Parts: sequence; C-alpha cells; structure tokens
Amino acid sequence: MTTLTPPAAVAPAAERTAGKFRKRHRPSARRRSTPLTIAMLAALAYFLLPLLWLLIASTKSTQDLFNSFGLWFSHAPQLLTNIKETFTQDDGVFVRWLLNTVMYAGVSAVGAALLAAAGGYGFSKFRFRGDRAAFNLVLGAVMVPTTALAIPTYLLFAKAGLVNTPWAIILPSLVNPFGLYLMRVYAEDAVPDSLLEAARIDGAGEARIFFRIVLRLLSPGLVTVLLFTLVATWNNYFLPLIMLNDPDLYPVTVGLSSWAAQAQNGGAGASSDMFALVVTGSLISIVPLVVAFLMLQRYWQSGLASGGVKQ
Amino acid sequence: MTATTTASPKGRRRDGPRRPGLGGASRRRSAGPLFVAPFMVLFLLLFLAPLGYAAYLSLFQERLIGGTAFVGLDNYTQALTDPQFLHGVGRVALFFVIQVPLMLLLALLFALALDSGLLRLARVIRLGIFVPYAVPSVVASLMWGYLYGPDFGPFAQIAQKLSLPVPDFLSEGWMLGSLANIVTWEFVGYNMIILYAALRTIPTELYEAAAMDGAGAWRIAWSIKLPALRPALLLTLLFSVIGSFQLFNEPKLLMNIAPDVITSSYTANLYAYTLAFTGQQVNYAATVSFLLGLVIVIASYAVLLTANRRRTP
Repeated sequence: MTTLTPPAAVAPAAERTAGKFRKRHRPSARRRSTPLTIAMLAALAYFLLPLLWLLIASTKSTQDLFNSFGLWFSHAPQLLTNIKETFTQDDGVFVRWLLNTVMYAGVSAVGAALLAAAGGYGFSKFRFRGDRAAFNLVLGAVMVPTTALAIPTYLLFAKAGLVNTPWAIILPSLVNPFGLYLMRVYAEDAVPDSLLEAARIDGAGEARIFFRIVLRLLSPGLVTVLLFTLVATWNNYFLPLIMLNDPDLYPVTVGLSSWAAQAQNGGAGASSDMFALVVTGSLISIVPLVVAFLMLQRYWQSGLASGGVKQ
Repeated sequence: MTATTTASPKGRRRDGPRRPGLGGASRRRSAGPLFVAPFMVLFLLLFLAPLGYAAYLSLFQERLIGGTAFVGLDNYTQALTDPQFLHGVGRVALFFVIQVPLMLLLALLFALALDSGLLRLARVIRLGIFVPYAVPSVVASLMWGYLYGPDFGPFAQIAQKLSLPVPDFLSEGWMLGSLANIVTWEFVGYNMIILYAALRTIPTELYEAAAMDGAGAWRIAWSIKLPALRPALLLTLLFSVIGSFQLFNEPKLLMNIAPDVITSSYTANLYAYTLAFTGQQVNYAATVSFLLGLVIVIASYAVLLTANRRRTP
C-alpha cells in the first residue's frame, strides 16, 4: 500500500493548500484559439443537452412527452402543475424522500468529515504504537468496493435489528477511508507544528487545541470531505435499496426508481401519468446539489487537487 | 514505545531542539490514539467486520435438510464455474477495457485544453462538463434511458422525422455501449477536474524554460505535462477500476425498460444482489460479493504494480 503515499514525497508540495494554486501567474498574453473553443463547446453540448432535455421534459404532461419533440417545448407547458403533482402524489411522499435525503446526507457528511479530520490529524501529527499499520489498513480499504461490503453489512445489520432504520444508511456512510487519507495529507501542510507547540506551552489541552485551532486550519479540507460525502450519500442508491423497505424512509433516489418502475409497468405508456412525475421529480432532486456545487466550486477544486497530486 | 504524560501540564518539558518533520512527536503520544480512535472503531465495525462476516458466511451452505452446513470452499468452486458469475465479471471487464480508456482520454484532452489558456469561456466550459457529477446515477440512468427509448426519445423522434431506421440503443448489441455512455457522461468531468487541478500545480518556470529551449505546445504537453500527471492519472484509473467492476445502478435502472436484455446477472454486482434479495441465497451471495471484491483488489494492485514498474525502468 505504500505505493499510494510514500511519505517523503508528500511533504515537499507543502505550499499548495486550498486555492493557492490558482494564484500561479500565467502568461496571459497568449492568443485564444477559436477552433479549440468551438470543439470544447461541442463537447459541452454533449454534457448539457440531456439536462436541457430534462428541463424541457419537466414542463410536459405525460401525453405531451410522447407526442411532442423531446428537445422543444410542447404547446401547453405545465411545469408548475407537474411540480405540484410531484409533491402531492401518494400523500406528499416525495417531500418525505427529499427530507430523508437531506437528513441522511447532512448527518453522514458532517459526521464523516469530523471523523476523518480527527483521524487524519491524529495520523499526521502524532506518532504512536501501530500508527503506520493502522493507516495502511485504512489506505488498503480505499480499494475495497463499497458494494462488496453492502450485502454483508446488510446481513450484520439485520442481526443487529438496524435494517429499515435511518442508521442503516448513516452508519456505513460515516466511514470514509479516502476522506481520512485526504485529511491526513491536508493536515500535514495546513497545521504547523510550531503552532501546536505554542498552544501546548500556553497550557491548552489536546481537545481544546483540536476544536479551537486545528479544525479551523483544516476547514478547507474539511469542506471538501463534507461535500464529497454529501454527494456520495445524496446519490447513494445501492445501500438504501437493500437496507430499506418502508417507502417513508426512502431517499429520493430509491423513491424515484420505484416511481419509474411503476410508470414502466403502469400499462399502456401514455395512459399512465407517472412518467411526468418521474421526470419532474428527477429535475427537482438534482437542483440542490448542482447549486451547491456551483456555489462551493473553489472548495471542491482544491480538494480534488489534494487527492490527485500528492502521491 | 511507552506512553508519556502529556495529560499533566507539569510533565511537559522543553527538551532539546525539535527534529524537523516529527514535530516533537515523542512528547505527545497519548493523544494520537484518541483522535484516531473514533474513526478506527467505526472502521472496524463497519468495514472489517462485514468483510470478515462475508468471508465466514461464504464457507457455509443452507441445505434443505440439516440446516446450515460448513462446506469449506465449495461455494468458491461453485462460483468459479458458475457461468452467470463468470459472464457478469467478463462483461464488466469488457466494459472496463473499453469505457475507462475512452473516458480518461477525454478527461485528459479536456484538462489539457482548459490548462492551455487558449480557450474562451474556460470557466463556463469547466463547470458545465463537471455538472453531471452532481447528478445522481439514478437520475442520469433514468434520463438517458428515456433519451435512448423508442417512445419519446429525441433520437428516435429525429430518425422517424427523417424516415431513417430508428436506432435501438436498448438492444442486446448496443446495451453495453449505452451503459458506457451513461457512465462516461457522469464521470468525465470529475476525472477532468482531478487532472486539471494537477496540471495547475506545475510551476510555469518549467514551461518557460522549455519554450526557451525551443519546445512547442505539443512537446511541452508530452514531455512536461503528461509525466507530471502520472499520480493523478493513476488515481483516476484506480477509482475507475473500482467503479467499473461494481457496476450496478445503471444496469439496475435500465432493467426496467429493457428487461429482456439486462438479465438479473448482467453484471457481477447485480448477480450478488439478485442472489441475496430475490434468491435468498445468502451464503452464495456473500461468496460472490467476496470474490468480486477480490477481483477488484487484484485489478487495482495490477494497475499499481504496472504503474510503478514503468516509473523505475
């Protein structure tokens, strides 16, 4: 496992912390290339067209979905009606799914980020018996696929009576080996030893140092882990699919897929009005994350940098 | 190593000059385990315990008569000759071999284009390509499923308007490609950002020096940028190994609209799911999960070893 982090190679890039790499001066006098820009805009169209389709499709009734051209609006746009129907279908279960998702993702993300921060800080600034072995164990776990774990976790949780409770989603999401790795790498740079020494000389306890000083220094890395756990839990499908069977506990992903199955099996296509709900629900469910990513972009970028560069 | 008394203020001494790097670590061993403990405890409970439990379960078989019996490695020999499991693994291996190089190549080209400074609207393009990553794979699969579909998919509609044969993206021959397209759509941007971030850390002096020596843009990309991208490319490759082999969400969702093409053992992961939750074959499902995990770890190590061997010829 040492291949991922030869510790010696980790140290030198110390100056690059959150956002700093943007300050690098670039020779800006170079000419812009129009052909390259056009090629990239064509690529951009591939990534945005499906989303544009989703937006347009959300304004249509199920009937219009079948009868009008996919990439243009129908004669009778009805986005608001669709939204209202999505929210009121099955006694407003969609709202529940959204709230569940927010709760699962929020609790998991905050918990995972704090655990990873404490652990990463512990591994980076302290030496203790077995620290290397423990860290390598965690690092090895980065390679273990989560789905290989999901079924045995389900069986264990079934024994413990945790299946079909929110814990079944939250607990497994709290352990993020890659997050711990990122936080360790990050803490190495962002927390100066001299500051820790100074705090200790002033008589601050280790817990106080961690919560008052270290967490603040780690906050850009912390936000990164938070954001990525948030996305992972928000988008998680496999785990809630196997763990939950009460629709009131579903996150939006499992809920939407159950609606999609209903729409598909609801008989003769256009007679079922579920398609419009699936499409509108899909649109509603992606809006919060897309907005979060656009607003927090400086964090996720620097965060991805820490993972990809320091090896 | 012995525990020291960092807890009491009097026990703290100011001894000698600090060794760089270790940061006087010898004086504060006791707090380290406490910071690491919460993560490690959950890690043991939620990561290692399920793995161990799967390994344990895989050694037993549920029998009609006599209940659960210890069968040693019988489940493994069964899985390794089980055509459904082998086809599932083979299919994701094929998927990996085709989809991943394509996706990483695209991500690399996009990252180099963004980093070249030659683009107009670079910020918009960067964000737009990344946006699909924020879309749940369930939504992405539903959306693409409808786009592919013969009923109200725009491709079918356009083909009909032009009286061309309607492409059947959900047929047996196209399905793996259609799945590959969804996964590519979701993750090119994510990989692009990792590579782009790595490119941004290369000091510009290197480019200036190379330009002074007469190197052109292509030469700089090939001789400076690509070697600097090695660790980032390795990371994206590792994540792709792990992601491809456990392919589940996309085929599970498309199963709804193409049940004849996507069988319950289409991918190895889908097979494990079916065994556990429709077939009630818990022990065999654990075996299949465990073997699939093993395949992924072996594939990841193979990637790492190959990369390391090339680094030191």
